[in-house]
Amino acid sequence: MTGDEGSGMREEFLAEAQEIVEALSRDLLIVDQAQKEGRVDPQQVNEIFRSVHTLKGIAGMFGHSAIGALAHGLEDLLDDLRLERIALTPEVLDVLFEGVEHFQRLLQVDDGAEAGIDFDAFAKRIGQVLGAQGGGRSGDPLAMLDLDDSVLSVLTEYEEHRLRSNVESGVGIYRVRLRLPLLSIDSSLEDLKARVKPVGEIITYLPSMEGGDAEHIELVVLVASTESLRALGEAIAFEDASIEPVARRGATPVPPRAPTMTHPENLAAPPRVPVETRHEMATPVPPAGQNVSFDQLSVRSVAKTVRVDIEKLDHLMNVVGELAIIRSAVVRLSEGLRNTAGLRELAIDLHRINRGFERNLLELQNGILDVRMVPLGQIFEKLARIVRQVAREHGKEVRLVVAGKETEVDKLIVEELSDPLMHIIRNAIDHGIESPKVRELAEKPPVGTLALNAYQKGKHVVIEVEDDGAGMNPQTLRETAVRRGLLTPEAAAELTREEAYNLIFAPGFSTKSSITEISGRGVGMDVVKTNIARLGGVIDVQSEVGTGTKFTITLPVTLAMINALLVRVADREFAVPITAVQEAIVFEKRAIRRVEGREVLTLRGATLPICRLDELFGLGRPQEPDRQFIVVSEVGARRMGFVVDELHGQQDIVIKSLGPSLQKVRGFAGATDLGDQRVALVIDVPALVEELASGNELGRITAGGYS
Amino acid sequence: MRAFVRAVLEEWGDAEVVEAASGFEALRVLPREAFDVAIVDVNMPDINGLELVSFMRKSAAHAKTPVLMISTEAAHTDRERGLALGANGYLSKPFTAEALREKVGEILPGRREG
Repeated sequence: MTGDEGSGMREEFLAEAQEIVEALSRDLLIVDQAQKEGRVDPQQVNEIFRSVHTLKGIAGMFGHSAIGALAHGLEDLLDDLRLERIALTPEVLDVLFEGVEHFQRLLQVDDGAEAGIDFDAFAKRIGQVLGAQGGGRSGDPLAMLDLDDSVLSVLTEYEEHRLRSNVESGVGIYRVRLRLPLLSIDSSLEDLKARVKPVGEIITYLPSMEGGDAEHIELVVLVASTESLRALGEAIAFEDASIEPVARRGATPVPPRAPTMTHPENLAAPPRVPVETRHEMATPVPPAGQNVSFDQLSVRSVAKTVRVDIEKLDHLMNVVGELAIIRSAVVRLSEGLRNTAGLRELAIDLHRINRGFERNLLELQNGILDVRMVPLGQIFEKLARIVRQVAREHGKEVRLVVAGKETEVDKLIVEELSDPLMHIIRNAIDHGIESPKVRELAEKPPVGTLALNAYQKGKHVVIEVEDDGAGMNPQTLRETAVRRGLLTPEAAAELTREEAYNLIFAPGFSTKSSITEISGRGVGMDVVKTNIARLGGVIDVQSEVGTGTKFTITLPVTLAMINALLVRVADREFAVPITAVQEAIVFEKRAIRRVEGREVLTLRGATLPICRLDELFGLGRPQEPDRQFIVVSEVGARRMGFVVDELHGQQDIVIKSLGPSLQKVRGFAGATDLGDQRVALVIDVPALVEELASGNELGRITAGGYS
Repeated sequence: MRAFVRAVLEEWGDAEVVEAASGFEALRVLPREAFDVAIVDVNMPDINGLELVSFMRKSAAHAKTPVLMISTEAAHTDRERGLALGANGYLSKPFTAEALREKVGEILPGRREG
């Protein structure tokens, strides 16, 4: 293999491994929930085994030894689990979830050393879980079944186990004989699986030589079911299907042992009445027209998705931007022609064509934006694992309720959102939700509820994180702020309830005196707020003592195209993302004061530091304009007013990177093309506010760097 | 996984590789063509690899097609059953490109190794 092929295959491996790990995580969460409810689907456990097994296989092939070793260790555990040699306990689930975390980390870095995973310790944990449970098997009930060795000899270990386990539990085994067209076999089998699922379990499919021809195949499907032959026949209702029970040799079945896993379908149904002889063939006729379109279905069942690098989409978006500029050039041209004698007709035609062009361009742009969207469900699953882990670490019981996981957000935003959300959730469980005992004393249900709710609201997406915990006391928050030296007692006393809640976003604020392992990772809610502001979003908090706390995050749907306020400073235009703009006010020079060498303004009782963009960017002008404006921005707990000469209104803009040579120029999020050959720099408000407020001189950003 | 096997074989021996994502897909492909070798994973989503081997051995067209089974080293029973059913070789996952080439070379009649 050449190097190029190698790296391409490696990417392919990483992408595939990522998908497997995501599926693994999903299945694990389902099993975790099922375990709590005492009804685990063995198929689901087998699915998890298969995922890890596949992961191990591909890791070995692509030489990712760390993932391979990890998968190998987990595979043994899962093998025992699916063969029911050990029971599915919360401890076993802990280890499995830990395994998923390790996989995730390994996929992000390149090898185990960088990921900082202690494999030995993990292997030991697996050993402990395995050691804590013994296992044993007795007698072979399969011998009682009237099944040829030719059938038994083609069962895999797992299938044999499922068959044995069903026989032991007294579940009936049936042979379902089907003749299916080869061409549409996939859809026919999906259909069969769906019909069998509510009434039983498919053990295996045995292709048979008899009765097949070039276009058809005859299959024998072994099904375990507690239903009667008639009920099973009615449930399956396949054309040309024949069903017969597999007879039992000898008399008394082994008494069913207590199963470690329960089949949902077994719970309600009474034990099966053994069927002694062959009954009549159950051949129910399906409703007319039911299986007409198998052929079409199977042809369509090929995968219809492609993976696309987000940079390719950025490139397309840039091309759209270029097209928009070309379009405005054409508009100008057609306007010019209109005033030229004899060319009016031509100008009108051009104008009409141009309108069609504009419409299609807009559609193209929306299409690209749409492709970038991914459902928030992706991070919600990750968060569900965090919830489980943090709750267990703290001895708290938390039920996670998720709504709106299908809500879509730009891929880049989703990536950046997981850290802030994780932090809020850790906080909610650590500080918000009380221990079961405390909750009972407060006459609340012992299991706390954490609700994640997402929905779209116009061009924004709202994510709410709500807990039913202890809530926050504004008075305590005020006192803490004073103790931390963030506010004077007088200033603290003046804060409204809402302002007091917002104190948690102030740098250096932490409501608990001891920093716990979980929330205290060196970041506070101020970082959360800043990170969300970077995404052009805002975060709000509401709380009620004893009832709970609710965080509301409002984000733009995409970063590829944002709404911006266009302003002019000296002779240049700048774009300020609208999400960073609180308000714009008329600048009154008289109101300016100087505090510690800085210009400030008192706005509705609060002090607002002022930044003169012309000075900051070194833009000279012949004379001070008579009238100026202040654009008021808020990032985290900090506010800042930017002095500008003119407000030019709002516009949707595509932000383009400044390119590698200007990467070091701080204070700009990029540039945008406004059409009409006008270019504006996009102001990175969070960066400016942060740096200016923390006293850093950005250095003067000179206009020489761009033109 | 299949992509890996395909890449290895194509590069190695200018082979024409036909992939099947499941046992049933294999059933669909098998009657239509003759193969020099079949590489069969025991754990397939629907019909398992053992059944596929058994089916091949019973069919006139593929009674003699060399079969290489793939599974985990842990599954001894699967390995024994596979060989008993008429598989010509067995390879446990994970395996290297070299191991695959070697095994295929072993079971491929009249083919020089390497």
